[in-house]
Amino acid sequence: MGLPSKVISKNLNFFYGDFQALHDICLDVCEHQVTALIGPSGCGKSTFLRCLNRMNDLIPLTRVEGKIMLDGQDIYSSIQDVVMLRRRVGMVFQKPNPFPKSIFDNVAYGLVVNGLRNKAHIAQRVEESLKQAALWEEVKDRLSASALGLSGGQQQRLCIARALAVKPEVVLMDEPASALDPIATQKIEELIHSLKEIYTIIIVTHNMQQAARVSDKTAFFYIGKLIEVGDTNTLFTKPKLKQTEDYITGRFG
Amino acid sequence: MADSTLNKSLKKKTSSKKFDIKTDLNADGNVFGLQRRKLNQFFAFSLFRVATVINGIALFIIIYFMVTRGWRAITWTFLTQAPTDSMTKGGIFPCIIGTFYLSMGAILITMPIGIISAVYLNEYARPGRILRLIRLGINNLAGVPSVVFGLFGMAFFVVTLKMGVSLLAGALTLGVMSLPVVIGATEEALKAVPDTYREASLGLGATRWQTIRKVVLPCALPGILTGAILALSRAAGETAPIMFTGAVFFTPCTPASIFDEVMALPYHIYVLATAGTEIEATRHLQYGTALVLIGLVLGMNLIAIIYRSRLRSRMN
Amino acid sequence: MPIKREITEKLVQKLFMFIAMASITILFLIMIFIFNEGFPIFKTVSINEFIFGHYWYPTSEPSDFGIFTLIAASVLVTGFSAVLSIPLGVMTAIYLAEIATKKVSEIAKPVVELLAALPSVVIGFFGMVVVAPFLQEVFKIPTGLNLFNAALMLAFMSIPTICSISEDALHSVPVALKEASMALGATHLETILRVILPASISGISTAVILGMSRAIGETMVVLMVAGGAAALPESIFDPVRPMPASIASEIAEAPVGGEHYHALFAIGVVLFIFTFFFNVVADHIAYKYKQIGEASL
Repeated sequence: MGLPSKVISKNLNFFYGDFQALHDICLDVCEHQVTALIGPSGCGKSTFLRCLNRMNDLIPLTRVEGKIMLDGQDIYSSIQDVVMLRRRVGMVFQKPNPFPKSIFDNVAYGLVVNGLRNKAHIAQRVEESLKQAALWEEVKDRLSASALGLSGGQQQRLCIARALAVKPEVVLMDEPASALDPIATQKIEELIHSLKEIYTIIIVTHNMQQAARVSDKTAFFYIGKLIEVGDTNTLFTKPKLKQTEDYITGRFG
Repeated sequence: MADSTLNKSLKKKTSSKKFDIKTDLNADGNVFGLQRRKLNQFFAFSLFRVATVINGIALFIIIYFMVTRGWRAITWTFLTQAPTDSMTKGGIFPCIIGTFYLSMGAILITMPIGIISAVYLNEYARPGRILRLIRLGINNLAGVPSVVFGLFGMAFFVVTLKMGVSLLAGALTLGVMSLPVVIGATEEALKAVPDTYREASLGLGATRWQTIRKVVLPCALPGILTGAILALSRAAGETAPIMFTGAVFFTPCTPASIFDEVMALPYHIYVLATAGTEIEATRHLQYGTALVLIGLVLGMNLIAIIYRSRLRSRMN
Repeated sequence: MPIKREITEKLVQKLFMFIAMASITILFLIMIFIFNEGFPIFKTVSINEFIFGHYWYPTSEPSDFGIFTLIAASVLVTGFSAVLSIPLGVMTAIYLAEIATKKVSEIAKPVVELLAALPSVVIGFFGMVVVAPFLQEVFKIPTGLNLFNAALMLAFMSIPTICSISEDALHSVPVALKEASMALGATHLETILRVILPASISGISTAVILGMSRAIGETMVVLMVAGGAAALPESIFDPVRPMPASIASEIAEAPVGGEHYHALFAIGVVLFIFTFFFNVVADHIAYKYKQIGEASL
């Protein structure tokens, strides 16, 4: 693979109080690829994802050891600004969480807080983001309507558009389709596929078919440890380890 | 591939934009913008912190003045004797007893009625427009000024029911004032009991009353008790409702029957501070009385707060 | 025995209903009595004269029953206290709900609760003996017992109400919204101002209204520190006589069933209507603009 690494996790340990949720995670994420994190519930895959934009900082009594490098710079170092980091590493959550504002304001939010004042530029960027998230055609006539009036699938694509608006380099997705119906899920998956040329995407999913469909690389987590990581095709067809094989063939989970 | 051409066109479109995301957004290129945002946050958070500290300072200053100026007045004689020499000497024993009788009387009247009403509203009554109206009414009455309760107590208990200014009329007025508070606190405690408990009990063949008595009330009891302590402390500290219904300036002895007038700590403070003939000379007695009242009320509140936080940590 | 059990069940339900109805009746009796005792004054003066009359001389011959100055005093005292209590209360709530560490808020919350628990007579006393001489000294005014002092003391009585209800409202904003905002590179302050506050605005409005309702009905503080002059104030340092203070100081001297007695009950009615209005508005806001929760799927 000739692609350079975008995010590198080095010996990452994570603690909720006294409980160690992640053990010594080492993982390279390549630029312009979709990397899927799979594993049973509570295996630490979401925790790991939330380490990548320091979202876990918001939870009291948590602690991180080890390093996560973004373009070669440790995001947990003291010189890293967390606001700047989150602008570069966007996130889409499990449940759609649009703000109780209009569709337009939702997408414009990140731009506005980040200091963009030019109305025309904001409008232009909102349109671009909604198009990228394949939502433009459905909402272009009601941009000032409340985002809460959209369907679940539309809300989730709105949240994706919102994350894309500030032009992040990495997009983290935490089971983005788990609360959606199959048709909405399919749309999100197509979207992920089309976005990877611009962004580096890391997606958590407990749906192995989804991982197989959308990702280039897959990492299998089990009770806080990274068990195996490899090209998605290889991992799903010829897993190196028995544990991985058991999981992907559905023998436990 | 169709996908990649789509992406290329997207990419081309986004890169041909008229503004540069790196410098227009002040997160990356424009470091000054980010610094300014951080500075704003620092100032705003400092302001919020100062606001909080002001509350603490206010509480501290009030207690500080009462303690430093009042503690010398508090002696054994002060706590156990009646006032003498037309209120300029002696103690506040009748006031302590009066406040005790009034607030305990109020709470003994209110607790059973309030708890039963709340149980009925929460466990038996059918939800709907009428129940919402009743709740609205109760909420409203919880917000009615205490002086209006005083007026009601005077018109109803003192005049109409001919109780006169008495311990009974004062306790009843305080009781009516506490009623919406007790109903509200009890309802909240009942709502905190998960429905699954009720369903489990009913599912085992218990009647509704058995479920309430054996399952719901024991679970809600700590919450109800906390509410009761708070209502008690509020009743003990109130002045306006008792000044026309139960409390008087001076009685030489503690009440012998429920139809006697009583002295009470809050009213005693008010009278000494505003209507006495020797306002300056009795200043230390005023501070002392205020300190006793604060000790009593804050003590009860502290018990309720500690009790509740124990309860919460046990539930977690 | 099942039969006996069923009889008990029925009896208990009937008894509870009876007691509940009784307590609700008592509570409604309050309104009836206040109104019933207040209305006879309108045989002497018209409602218009009563509300808008500037002269309150209930004991002179002929007597004047105009409570405009009393209403104005109540509104002014409450208004000035709100200028102080709303920002302080809401900012404290934000600090406690969003910024303070667990340890700090474990100390700060009881402080706010204890502030709420201070008996009003103690706060009034404090205003009289500590704040009033201080104001007199600092501002070189004839009396420290005035509108400003009363507003200051009332502010500290309504801050706890505003703070604790606002804090509940802020806490019930879903974490998902906060995370969404932070994940977009908003600072914590921006998240609070642009997402959390707008989402909890109905709860905060309720808090503010209830806090003001508490201030307007508070008796002992205004009785002891407002100064007691039934005239329109010309400056913030003039003494005033809010409605509750009039009721509390005059009812003892008003002969039962006389005009003065009825007039004081009518002031009680006005006060009741004020707080009733505040409460209904608060309830309406809380009911109509229910807190915005998770996205519905």
